[in-house]
Amino acid sequence: MNHGTALLWKRRALSSLSTTRRGLPKEKMSENGMMSRAKVLTIDTMNPTVKKVEYAVRGPIVQRAVELERELSEGMKKPFAEVIKANIGDAHAMGQQPITFFRQVLALCSYPELLSDSTFPEDAKSRACRILNSCGGNSMGSYSPSQGIESVRQDVAHYIERRDGGVPCDPDNIYLTTGASDGIVTMLKLLVCGEGTMRTGVMISIPQYPLYSAALAELGAVQINYYLNEEKCWSLDIPELQRALDEARLYCNPRALCIINPGNPTGQVQSRECIEDVIRFAAKERLFLMADEVYQDNVYAEGCHFHSFKKVLFEMGPEYSETVELASFHSTSKCYMGECGFRGGYMEIINMDNDVKAQLTKLLSVRLCPPVPGQALMDLVVNPPQPGEPSYERFIKERTATLSTLAEKAKLTEQVLNTVQGISCNPVQGAMYSFPRITIPEKAIKEATEMGQLPDMFYCMKMLEETGICLVPGSGFGQKEGTYHFRMTILPPTDKLKILLNKVQEFHQKFTQQYS
Amino acid sequence: MSREATNGVPCGARVLTLDTMNPNVRRVEYAVRGPIVQRAVQIEKELREVTFKTRRPGTTRGVKKPFTEVIKANIGDAHAMGQRPITFFRQVLALCSYPELLEDNKFPEDAKKRARRILDACGGHSLGAYSASQGIECIRQDVARYIERRDGGISSNPDNIYLSTGASDAIVTILKMLVCGEGRDRTGVMISIPQYPLYSAALADLGAVQISYYLEEESCWSLNVTELRRALNEAKQHCKPRVLCIINPGNPTGQVQSRQCIEDVIRFAKEEHLFLMADEVYQDNVYADGCKFHSFKKVLFEMGPEFSSKVEMASFHSTSKCYMGECGFRGGYMEVINMDPQVKAQLTKLVSVRLCPPVPGQALLDLVVNPPQPDEPSYSTFMKERKAVLADLAEKARLTEEIFNTVPGITCNPVQGAMYTFPRIALPQKAIDKAKEQGLVPDMFYCMRLLEEEGICLVPGSGFGQKEGTFHFRMTILPPTEKLKVVLQKIRDFHLKFTQEFS
Repeated sequence: MNHGTALLWKRRALSSLSTTRRGLPKEKMSENGMMSRAKVLTIDTMNPTVKKVEYAVRGPIVQRAVELERELSEGMKKPFAEVIKANIGDAHAMGQQPITFFRQVLALCSYPELLSDSTFPEDAKSRACRILNSCGGNSMGSYSPSQGIESVRQDVAHYIERRDGGVPCDPDNIYLTTGASDGIVTMLKLLVCGEGTMRTGVMISIPQYPLYSAALAELGAVQINYYLNEEKCWSLDIPELQRALDEARLYCNPRALCIINPGNPTGQVQSRECIEDVIRFAAKERLFLMADEVYQDNVYAEGCHFHSFKKVLFEMGPEYSETVELASFHSTSKCYMGECGFRGGYMEIINMDNDVKAQLTKLLSVRLCPPVPGQALMDLVVNPPQPGEPSYERFIKERTATLSTLAEKAKLTEQVLNTVQGISCNPVQGAMYSFPRITIPEKAIKEATEMGQLPDMFYCMKMLEETGICLVPGSGFGQKEGTYHFRMTILPPTDKLKILLNKVQEFHQKFTQQYS
Repeated sequence: MSREATNGVPCGARVLTLDTMNPNVRRVEYAVRGPIVQRAVQIEKELREVTFKTRRPGTTRGVKKPFTEVIKANIGDAHAMGQRPITFFRQVLALCSYPELLEDNKFPEDAKKRARRILDACGGHSLGAYSASQGIECIRQDVARYIERRDGGISSNPDNIYLSTGASDAIVTILKMLVCGEGRDRTGVMISIPQYPLYSAALADLGAVQISYYLEEESCWSLNVTELRRALNEAKQHCKPRVLCIINPGNPTGQVQSRQCIEDVIRFAKEEHLFLMADEVYQDNVYADGCKFHSFKKVLFEMGPEFSSKVEMASFHSTSKCYMGECGFRGGYMEVINMDPQVKAQLTKLVSVRLCPPVPGQALLDLVVNPPQPDEPSYSTFMKERKAVLADLAEKARLTEEIFNTVPGITCNPVQGAMYTFPRIALPQKAIDKAKEQGLVPDMFYCMRLLEEEGICLVPGSGFGQKEGTFHFRMTILPPTEKLKVVLQKIRDFHLKFTQEFS
């Protein structure tokens, strides 16, 4: 090399020493002796809280499932003909059909020339016109107000009033969101403050839907686990809430209590009394209540009934309804619609401080607005065909069919899984998952540990490789120490579900034998 | 309940108050939808009441205004201002939403073909299924091919494409990934002044350090590496600069950076070890003669492996601007270049928590990157519509610059691209004093007056950042030409009146 280059290298070497001391990016010597720099953005220099985030529903097992699908499509031979993705609550992906009326209106809104098409019913056209008239330039392509299209928020408010037997709802308290996840994360973000032992703590059930743990990790908030009672069909016990809270007060500032009802992954539908107890607890302990109610139409078991937190709160009288701060969440992704891809949702905010509300509105404005097709869809969910309207019968038929199929599959799942020795499955009272407990032999636990895997991940991975069935291990949701579960959706079509359940049964027996 | 505090919350007080909420969120500001827009919305409501009341004689509620409508020239929302969607795009979206229409002979074959392709890529053949978190695979492939065509053949790997909920989503995600460190080691992010206030808002929310570099108004908002260096060196004393953001074509300033400038920026980023973020959402909005869009990716690769294998970069695009204007669909993507594989895995994990971007937006993006081709039935209508929109914008850009430059006290740089004008306004000292008395920043005072007197809603320059002692406003060039002419004249008249009033 020439003198100039040598000098350059020397200077760089010296400067690299000082940059190291200054904590600036280090240069490193690579194999060929050339100075090469570490990247700007590495695992060590990235946001540390993002590293702590996990989201099992789309985690490592799903990545392996996708790989297997690829291998299958490339002709690789497997002990199964297809991968069944029973890991995620995606109804349409599993063959559930959309509601005809909803898609007609969405088509009309997308391409208003269709308004002159006689194949579309009048009620679909009138809803489409109403939606388009609320859009800037009469187009779904305009940004909406950040809180959501006003007429849609009004319709949401009316829906809530009807649902809650007349308890009034103010459209100003309604925020449309990009799926419920968006609203939940936004509220959690608002709530997080403080340092060290004053850091905001947020109570969430174990098991939980891992959006919560992921959001809390990302926000650097403290997760406070309260255990649902598996022996009593995943019920919520106040003494357990109290225990969790009292312990947590030693190391954080508990400020919020999250509850998912109907539950995910556990499927329980909480009794009215339980909901009252939770409200009373939140009031007494001064906690902001977050009620995730996205499965509110998915209630199957006899004797179970969805009680909205808002309704119960108001029926408990002003001592509670005027003081308890509550946010409840809904979505277009679940229930009988299953329109996950549209990312529609809303939250209703009760008793929020006005200044904070202004901050919330400001925060949401930065992302401009939720997707307008999702807002339109939400409008149809809360303002469906009425008796007397042309689309009513078909709508009711489709809705009823979807919900009763789900109810059947819920029952079937519980039934079949409970015939398997080593699997015990609580009734799937609602939502769209089963979360059975599995007994894993000691030998299997040992082998899992040797492989650096959690036992239920080991189990689920094996199931995936041998049967093509993709479930999510219970560890992804949280579970009592020493217990193991998996979450499986009840969404595949009934015939396929039967096959699936049989395969799970066979696998479990084989697995148990193999590791006995 | 006892009168003492419970859980640290005094009796009667709320759990969630200004004092107990996330302090970073309090620092967030977003002028494009800030206080002036809230006032504009209020006035619109008042106007509606007046209109309603005047239909019923004898009632007096509602405030009469010196104007009959509020013109919202604050936000880059083309459809709201009357721009039409591209027919082909909406046909395909309708077909995807309601596939029964595939039997309808009203729709052209090329629209049906694209709809089928998109639906085949969706779970259960439905737009209602979640997609993969990174976005539908075949769409990412189409985006990669679009980028390759745009960049003269430089290859794009679909694995480096992440579909997003508008460009904003992806920008915030990358910023989030980049933020770390405490105190003097806290990540610093360079952004232009003036800037699109998503950046300042995101940096406030993330608690990162904003490092402002000034664009040069005197030379048409050009970017000077000397200024970059100044900003960087100063910043090194109080934070750890790690990122350089650039918006090209610019928002609010509308300049289209020269190829030389882009090379200089890339060189600077490499020298100073900065992650480059190139916001290119206005890439089709280029109007001025002699101006051309040069993608950062293309220039990077044309600079050779010394740069193209080293510089870490993310570039962003969206369905909200250009000739589509489909803001409401929240479609977008980012391409990441030279990202550490472990970090990429973390990024993929992070975006999975929100499941996926809206599928209709993904479908729309697919059409943008895969539009009708010359041999297809929809081609000529498509080209006609696209050309018309862009020509119209170019005309309005020129008109706006022309008219503003006739007003004493207003100087307007050429609107080379994007969809805004950011003219400088001279404010009399008396007006500045009056603003101060009212606790308002001077250009906010000016814009509020304009809103109240003429019903025209603009955003004060202070919302975007500007050199100390200068004042600007940002106005979109989106209203239909005839209305735009009226708006420009009203602003001219207002400015003259305002200047006189405070002389």
